[in-house]
Amino acid sequence: MSVPDSPPMTLDRVPEAGVAAPVLELERVGMSFARPSGEPLPVLVGIDVTLREGEILGLLGRSGSGKSTLLRVAAGLARPSAGRVLYRSAPLAGPAEGIAVVFQTFALYPWLTVLANVELGLDASGLEPGVVRERAMAAIEMIGLDGFESAFPRELSGGMRQRVGFARALVSEPKLLLMDEPFSALDVLTAETLRSDFLDLWTQRQTPIEAVLMVTHNIEEAVLMCDRIHVLGGHPGHIVATLNVPLPRPRNRLDPAFRAIVDTLYGILTARLAEAGNGSGTVRGAFGLRLPAVSSHRLVGFIDALAAAAHEGHAELAQMAAALMLKPDELFPLAAALHLLAFAELQERTIKLTAAGRMFVHAGDSERKQLFREHVVQFVPLIAHIREVLDEREGHRAPRARFELELEDHLHRADAETTLRTAIDWGRYAGLFGYDDHTRTFGD
Amino acid sequence: MPGWRDVAAVVLVTGTIVLLGEGARQMTGPLAGGHGPAISLSPAALPGYTLLTVLRMLIALAASFAFTFTYATLAARSRRAERILIPLLDVLQSVPILGYLSFTVVFFMSLFPGNVLGAELASIFAIFTSQAWNMAFSFYQALRTVPSDLDEASRSFRLSSWQRFWRLEVPFAMPGLIWNAMMSMSGGWFFVVASEAISVGDVQVALPGVGSWVALAIMRRDLAAVGWAILAMSLAIVLYDQLLFRPLVAWADRFRYGDVAAQASARSWLLDLLHRSPWIQYACHPVGTALTRAAHLRLRPGAHWHGFEWASHPFSRRAGDALWFALCAASVGAAAVAVLRFAAPALAWADVAEAARNGLLTLLRVAVLIALASVIWVPVGVAVGLRPRLAAWVQPAAQFLAAFPANLLFPVVAFCIVRFGLAPAIWLSPLMILGTQWYILFNVIAGATALPTDLREAATSLRLGRRARWLQVLLPGIFPYYVTGAITASGGAWNASIVAETVSWGTTTLSADGLGAYIAQMTARGDYPHIALGIAVMSLMVVAANRLIWRPLYVFAERRTRLA
Repeated sequence: MSVPDSPPMTLDRVPEAGVAAPVLELERVGMSFARPSGEPLPVLVGIDVTLREGEILGLLGRSGSGKSTLLRVAAGLARPSAGRVLYRSAPLAGPAEGIAVVFQTFALYPWLTVLANVELGLDASGLEPGVVRERAMAAIEMIGLDGFESAFPRELSGGMRQRVGFARALVSEPKLLLMDEPFSALDVLTAETLRSDFLDLWTQRQTPIEAVLMVTHNIEEAVLMCDRIHVLGGHPGHIVATLNVPLPRPRNRLDPAFRAIVDTLYGILTARLAEAGNGSGTVRGAFGLRLPAVSSHRLVGFIDALAAAAHEGHAELAQMAAALMLKPDELFPLAAALHLLAFAELQERTIKLTAAGRMFVHAGDSERKQLFREHVVQFVPLIAHIREVLDEREGHRAPRARFELELEDHLHRADAETTLRTAIDWGRYAGLFGYDDHTRTFGD
Repeated sequence: MPGWRDVAAVVLVTGTIVLLGEGARQMTGPLAGGHGPAISLSPAALPGYTLLTVLRMLIALAASFAFTFTYATLAARSRRAERILIPLLDVLQSVPILGYLSFTVVFFMSLFPGNVLGAELASIFAIFTSQAWNMAFSFYQALRTVPSDLDEASRSFRLSSWQRFWRLEVPFAMPGLIWNAMMSMSGGWFFVVASEAISVGDVQVALPGVGSWVALAIMRRDLAAVGWAILAMSLAIVLYDQLLFRPLVAWADRFRYGDVAAQASARSWLLDLLHRSPWIQYACHPVGTALTRAAHLRLRPGAHWHGFEWASHPFSRRAGDALWFALCAASVGAAAVAVLRFAAPALAWADVAEAARNGLLTLLRVAVLIALASVIWVPVGVAVGLRPRLAAWVQPAAQFLAAFPANLLFPVVAFCIVRFGLAPAIWLSPLMILGTQWYILFNVIAGATALPTDLREAATSLRLGRRARWLQVLLPGIFPYYVTGAITASGGAWNASIVAETVSWGTTTLSADGLGAYIAQMTARGDYPHIALGIAVMSLMVVAANRLIWRPLYVFAERRTRLA
């Protein structure tokens, strides 16, 4: 029972995995959406996943890694553009009996009572209304909501709403449960209660569920709940690593073995991050460099925090996250942005200010802007490009649509939007250009 | 160096000014022979007529804005005025629009004897009555729902009432107001025919305009001329949508409160053109500065009114209330006496019974038609709304159809009824809803489009049967949108009944029984007591329907679909 020495980059290293029957198999699944120009833009490539009986499998990744899309493919809600999906060895075509989904946003119908919402889960079963009522009541009781049958979702707190979401998924006695970030819309305390309640149901085998696939961006949540974790990398989404979590339940977050796995996952995710940053060296000068959604003010705040942290601007990412009360999903873009602008260097699990970063910390307001301007022009081709276009033009104005179109040749539409928004913010802070959102034009 | 944008923008602006000036000159000419200039059915005259009609509508729209800013502001600022003004507005908007025409035309014509201006004013006033009320309502609602943090911020900056009005309240209300103005403009088209070719008793005036053209074409049984008019109006609708409302909607987008980035913003090529033309920017600069200065003026009359003095004297406040309501009650009483004096000699109880019977008949028609339209358009709207690509095409088409004056098709229908010998009592009915059914369609499309993705995915994932999918998910999901559409459609149908229940084609007049036909016949006879009776009955029924059916339904729908 120890963590593997090196991050296992291969699949199926669990020796006993071969024994249990597969519930869900994804074979070389790929997914792409149409670009404005018509050619496909891949969001998932070559995904191989096998989910076996008795297993909770986690899909861990940052936003944009396509993990929710993958879950929708597994649920039969989206048809993959490549590869195939097998549910209990038969090809999956659309939502199937025995598969239930728990949604991040709960997806409760506001006009139906708790009971009616749960009964909806049995609509496809064709059971007698009396039986449906009975089973719905039983599911509501199991999930700890008895007494609230006649309440409407708006009368319930977030945690209770998600309990209804679970009751609706469980009432049809599914074999496979798919969960799309089921706890991420809840506050910390509520999420923890609901997680342990769910794990109790699971370990005591109170439900006929045979396997669970859950999507999350929360590393600790993944380690707490899953038997096995696939780490997804983005653009396009693919599996970069697989980790077993051979810890007995209930798991203790303070257990050194637990911490070790969390640290390993942190390492894998940040290694990916640094790699993406370095990888940008090859496309530097090229245009399609994706900018993280980080405002200049958050960036400056983060540099200051980094400088103030122990060890002279050299910090462990996990510690930074804890100290700043940031979730990994919020920390990573900040770290990636600093790395991109060469104000800091990302190594596997640590981040360190560069000489330029240290200069920035000690500089006054106008020198900071000067330094930021130099780095932005040097390391962000898009911003340099916008400035060049403005310089070439008479009147120094250029419509936003022009850059949007150029970007969408390289990036996903949503990514292009985020990138441009970040570029505008950084450009404004650097004093490189202005932007008028009413006329959607760049100018001086 | 002027770019093409400057040239294009300048041509557009000067062209518009020249055209409007030309129209205005024609409007103030002498009233030749007491009946206005003769109308010509030559297609060459049609563009001019269309221009005049659009001009009338724009003047009415300007008047509606002025009315909205004063009436709604008064109602929102003064608790006492509110108690009177809001119910009054409710009744005003249920009075059939053509009802106003019959009563005001003589008054306006007596203001300018021997000049077209009187008749012009009467016509513009009729269009105004089709626009003003819902704009005032929208503005009043916005004033009542200004977010309290913005309100508190403006108070802490010690803005005067005048400054707060222009800095906070008007901008906050702008998107809703512009949208309502657009809807109102569509509504106005419907009454253009009746308001230009005025015919009340022995008063007969035909003002130059598309409306009079259509009236003449109907009288002469000239189907080709009706076709020309339809073409001209379609063009006019597309033009002012592109040149006026699209830019306004795109411009008003900046006043939208909340997270703007999340939703797709409205765009307009004309607004982009104006924004990007340096010439126009330069020319507009002084105007913009002057307006900004005006909004900055520290006019302070209202500031003391809303201070603490009043609130701190509950007794004098209650006494003031009593005095105010006594005054109002006295005015209402006096008005009632005046009405009785006016009506009593001419009306018997039998007349009231007849009007009520006709009213019930029209009520039945409206109910059946709304039900029919719902059965047809709700499934279609849902099906379209769930397919975003299709919705992107159908939605603007439905909005255009709603703006299109359906009464232009009446002659065609009348022609068919005469030709095939159909029963007018049944076949005239669909005309009432011809123009307003589209409100149901496009509201349902909007509702289906707005249905959250996760709720749709959940329905798919639960593998709901067709029955559960429609009854538990889709229909409840679009319900509030449907109710909004149905309210507009039924209000429009009542209004349309006056022109739809009596339709003429040349010398043939087809008439279905009903309150609309009743009012139309009395108007043709110039029988004022009976017109008043008909209008009163119709207003009463519309108000009752709103209070007893639509408003409770709307409240219920809103509460049901709210999640928070």
